[in-house]
Amino acid sequence: MADTIKLEVSRYSPETDAAPHFQGFEVPFRRDWVVLDALNYIKDKQDGSLTYRWSCRMGICGSCGMLVNGEPKLTCATFLADYAPSPIRVEPLRNFPVVRDLVIAMNDFMRKLQRMKPWLIRKEEKPVSEGEYLQTPAELEAYKQFSMCINCMLCYAACPVYGLDPLFSGPAAIALAQRYNLDSRDQGANDRLPVLSQHDAIWGCTFVGECTRVCPKHVDPAGAIQQYKLTAALDWVKSVVMPWGGK
Amino acid sequence: MKSAAAAPPYTLNHPRWYRKRVSTYWWLQRWEYLRFVLREISSVFIAWFVVLTLLQIYAVSQGPEAYDKFQNFLKNPLVLALNVVSFFFVVFHSITWFNLSARAMAIRVGGKRVPGFLISGPNFAAWLVISAVIAWLLLRG
Repeated sequence: MADTIKLEVSRYSPETDAAPHFQGFEVPFRRDWVVLDALNYIKDKQDGSLTYRWSCRMGICGSCGMLVNGEPKLTCATFLADYAPSPIRVEPLRNFPVVRDLVIAMNDFMRKLQRMKPWLIRKEEKPVSEGEYLQTPAELEAYKQFSMCINCMLCYAACPVYGLDPLFSGPAAIALAQRYNLDSRDQGANDRLPVLSQHDAIWGCTFVGECTRVCPKHVDPAGAIQQYKLTAALDWVKSVVMPWGGK
Repeated sequence: MKSAAAAPPYTLNHPRWYRKRVSTYWWLQRWEYLRFVLREISSVFIAWFVVLTLLQIYAVSQGPEAYDKFQNFLKNPLVLALNVVSFFFVVFHSITWFNLSARAMAIRVGGKRVPGFLISGPNFAAWLVISAVIAWLLLRG
């Protein structure tokens, strides 16, 4: 087993660089190290200016998403040993503007996510004294998969539609809208419908399916979008057949 | 400390974001993307088979002479080659379509989601059975 492994890390300094370039680093090769450990080692011991996002190290915060050998990955869950002995390329997530080194600007995603109203909408809130909104295990099961999303944006980096059309709402935002639509406590499906049924939202998706493949939490955003296409189409049929209101 | 002249220009809360253009050949860069593009292109060949079937029905309605002419048209090597390619695309289209149908339909029975193979499986079975019946009708002599 080799003692070290080479990392080729994308560097971009907005002050001095016109475009990103790769910089090589030799880091100790340890079987229990993930790519994030190697980046932390570089920052601690070799180059303190290396810039990247990370927080929890355990696949929950969704901060450390990067491209590892071109594939969108959570670097806290991507082991060096799976790539050794070849060098590992680490780049910022695809389809986003690069702020510095491995940090991308996520403003666009945050704006799109907010437009989906990803929170429980009630027509009328019941007073606290009446207790909580109860849910059966089956009702929880209906949306639980989509609620696992950690907003890591790997799905946006994998989605060629988002790369080509920056107006596309994108996989995670739609999956999270669906997460609330399917929640038995929520009554906001009709509020979300106008945003979701636009061309830039569900109908922009061509079902490449890459978002689902790269999702570290098995959310299946592609499935969520297709399922909502079905809902929106049925809703349209209902509005034509029963214009007086079948909702 | 560096002199002011040598220091890089300070960007005040106005970062120069680097935006990479998507290559025109993005669909050649990963097998998954190429497979997707092939799946989308397959619709052109599906359309060709539909047109061909309509032409065939038209030829049948015009009598034996017209049908012979249609069959000669099919024997043209170029048409034959196109139809062989189309056949593979149509099979590819059908397989991917049935596989995706399981993902697009979330059917729940008793609170549990029906597994994908129970949705795509009957589709494949119906496809095989209908194909076999048509083959039997056409080939029984």
